Amino acid sequence: MTDTAPAPETTRKDWSTDQEVRWCPGCGDYGILAAVQMMLPDLGVRRENTVFISGIGCAARFPYYMNTYGMHSIHGRAPAIATGLALARPDLDVWVIGGDGDFLSIGGNHLIHALRRNVNLNLLLFNNQIYGLTKGQYSPTSEVGKITKSTPFGSVDQPFNPVSLALGAEASFVARTHDMDRKHMQATFARAHAHPGAALVEIYQNCNVFNDGAFETITKKANRDDMMINLTHGEPIVFGSEGSERGVAMKNDGSLEIVDATGGTDGLLVHDEARTDPGLAFALSRLAAGPSEPTPVGVFRAIERPVYMPVTGSSSGHNDLASLLSSGATWEVE
Amino acid sequence: MEPVDLDRVIIRFAGDSGDGMQLTGDRFTSASAMFGNDLSTLPDFPAEIRAPAGTLAGVSAFQVHISAQEISTPGDQADVLVAMNPAALKSDLHHLRSGGTCIINSDAFEERNLEKAGYESNPLEDDTLADFTVYQVPMTMLTKESVADLGVKPRDAERSKNFFALGLLSWMYSRPAEPTLDWIGEKFAGKEKVIAANVTAFKAGHAFGETAELFDHAYTVKPAELAGGTYTNINGNTALSWGLIAAGQLSGLEVFLGGYPITPASDILHELSKHPQLGVRTLQAEDEIAGVGSALGAAFGGHLAVTTTSGPGVALKGETIGLAVSLELPLVIVDIQRGGPSTGLPTKTEASDLMMAMHGRHGESPMPIVAASSPSQCFFAAIEACRIALKYRTPVILLSDGYLANGSEPWLLPDVASLPEIEIEHATEFNHTDADGNPEFWPYLRDPETLARPWAVPGTPGLMHRVGGIEKEDGTGNISYDPANHQKMVQIRQDKIDGIAKDIPPAEVEGDADADVLVVGWGSTWGAITDAVSSVRSQGHKVARVHLHHLNPFPANLGEVLGQFDRVLVPEMNMGQLSRMLRSDFLVDAKAITKVMGIPFTSSELEAEIKEAFND
Repeated sequence: MTDTAPAPETTRKDWSTDQEVRWCPGCGDYGILAAVQMMLPDLGVRRENTVFISGIGCAARFPYYMNTYGMHSIHGRAPAIATGLALARPDLDVWVIGGDGDFLSIGGNHLIHALRRNVNLNLLLFNNQIYGLTKGQYSPTSEVGKITKSTPFGSVDQPFNPVSLALGAEASFVARTHDMDRKHMQATFARAHAHPGAALVEIYQNCNVFNDGAFETITKKANRDDMMINLTHGEPIVFGSEGSERGVAMKNDGSLEIVDATGGTDGLLVHDEARTDPGLAFALSRLAAGPSEPTPVGVFRAIERPVYMPVTGSSSGHNDLASLLSSGATWEVE
Repeated sequence: MEPVDLDRVIIRFAGDSGDGMQLTGDRFTSASAMFGNDLSTLPDFPAEIRAPAGTLAGVSAFQVHISAQEISTPGDQADVLVAMNPAALKSDLHHLRSGGTCIINSDAFEERNLEKAGYESNPLEDDTLADFTVYQVPMTMLTKESVADLGVKPRDAERSKNFFALGLLSWMYSRPAEPTLDWIGEKFAGKEKVIAANVTAFKAGHAFGETAELFDHAYTVKPAELAGGTYTNINGNTALSWGLIAAGQLSGLEVFLGGYPITPASDILHELSKHPQLGVRTLQAEDEIAGVGSALGAAFGGHLAVTTTSGPGVALKGETIGLAVSLELPLVIVDIQRGGPSTGLPTKTEASDLMMAMHGRHGESPMPIVAASSPSQCFFAAIEACRIALKYRTPVILLSDGYLANGSEPWLLPDVASLPEIEIEHATEFNHTDADGNPEFWPYLRDPETLARPWAVPGTPGLMHRVGGIEKEDGTGNISYDPANHQKMVQIRQDKIDGIAKDIPPAEVEGDADADVLVVGWGSTWGAITDAVSSVRSQGHKVARVHLHHLNPFPANLGEVLGQFDRVLVPEMNMGQLSRMLRSDFLVDAKAITKVMGIPFTSSELEAEIKEAFND
């Protein structure tokens, strides 16, 4: 159905609509929108073959700002709706946009099933650890003890770690990036797009109104080198303000720890995103309890697994309506 | 002796869930269909897959009405009851007419089974069956003996006893044996011992009838004089599935079904999953909400999108259906109704979702409703629901019920070439010019006739647009919180649905146009109303009837029709939902006749109610 000839060259402007962007001034969503609009021209894809589907929440306004096909649907259901579209129309690029409430609370079931089925979707999870659109309740990624309007004495809920959750849900591609680094976002989104099957990208996103600075400890430029562990496939996992003075190693009990690497990379874990077993990726996702400790970013896992498609066409069975209708026992009346 | 000719007979097979009574009834039905009888069936089984053997809770029954005349119901009371164990006798004897025939597997009437069924004394030895003609046949023992030489394990041998019963009944009513023997060969292909045991048991039952001198003679029910053509025996769920496939073919669209297993709708998911070569894609979704969500996604992508479920599933899908109302995309929601509320009676029939179909969404969210009236009519109802959805770009709810879903009847196959095409065009061109004279696309610029908006699907160059659940400005489709625009959009969505009345057949009055009493029905009550009205008329009363296949909007002439009659009766399998709609829409004194017992109306119940109206 879609045109498969090379896409015409486009710029960020081509991918932007004339709608006024209505996020709060200073919201992290602006940076993510810019990264997506600036990345798409590089992918060589057509606007008409691209669809953005969102649920409900601040992030979910995203499709209105993209000059593509789009749907702003209902709370939590975007992965299910996108699944139907991707199965009906495998010729399309389908992006799914949601926040931590949308994807992990009301829509948790749809998210995990889209991941396990490996439907060809690019899922961008805007994680700001708070409910923004409803004005400041705690979310399924809020830290224990968080004081919000609905938890005046502090949250007692154990939060989800989205990367761990996705790995547990059999995701074939899981990555993490953050709204303060446009280049890192663009590279990560492009990787997600290139991945056949379901690709989940968690984006640490600042809500400057209801949860300002939630990720500052690790995302602030001055802190980044010490607090962010860039995962590079095939390389020993190292980080630090001097480049590589710290690293990640495995302890005897199988858990990971941060060690001094000034003596070299011997004994350090070498990152392997293509490893079939998700165990190491999972261990990496547990390295930081929250965004206040050195935290891995980049691609945790990218494996090849069959992309889910319903059976379309089969040599058995009836090929026309008339033969279908008479496929049971029939008899003639004169 | 020559078989004695009967005009019609109603047979009820009853046994334990593990006895294979549905299969036995189904095979008897198929043989009768092939023989040329008109027929109608009513499977009646418990929700439990296998309740404890021998208990009342575990009884599974299948009633079939075969006739040399045209018939429209599975019959009120059975002429023959086949009871495979004491529990079946106890739970189903009240379905047997006084003076009817009771064929009993006497082997099962031992102490433990009698106790489980709650019999204090053996009904074969007291006067429980005094009003009936009773044939005691040691079916278990005769089956085991017949297959003894085949090397079948005793337990497996016993499992063939339903084929013994089928053989016996096939002899009694002169049914052809070939369809059953052929079917056994196909069904159990590769399991030679099972085939041999079932064929042997069937033949032993047949021979027993012929030689045991228990029965004076056999009977026959001659073929019915039906319209000429090719027939097949079909149940409602299969007919509905084929109707959805037909609608895909007639519209030239691929069919997408997003569904989640639920009784009594799952068979539609099963049937559609078999036919990818006919342009059908199915997804067994993670839940009901994902079922309808994925369908809506496929609709956005340009497919004929369907979700199938029963009442509890419709409740879960409500929010997404509301989104479909707002997005104005075609979507068919199939509700195979069952007893409610909550889990209710999963395997029993009811038609109590009409109000949910009308109003089960928040806000003003009108939606067309189509209802099927007989198993084979489900085929045409499905095509009609798809036609309306596609033409008006709206979700449509299609109501069937457990009785139609599992009940079957002979169906004169339609000439496929005569089915009208469903014309559908995806938008490919700009439809508006902006202030600077540049062409542009407005996703909510409507067809002035149907008020449908253009259906531009992803992949179409130039027509990129965004839709969403937030209120939209008419025309542009841009987000709008303007008060006057919301009022306008609510009105347009209502007008669009109301306008469909111009595009559906008028209500057709059957019977006496000058009658005092009009019977208005919808859904599966069609058969019972047909019989009851015909019977009351044959007794000299003037009665008319109207059967509705469109419940929203109603046919344009319905108000006028209702006004022509003094009394309006509305039989329905709920507490009066249609009668309430008629009263509020047309200010008529429509009187509901209600039944919510998990079983359909009998013709005689309705006959009594209609006659009662003449006494009022």
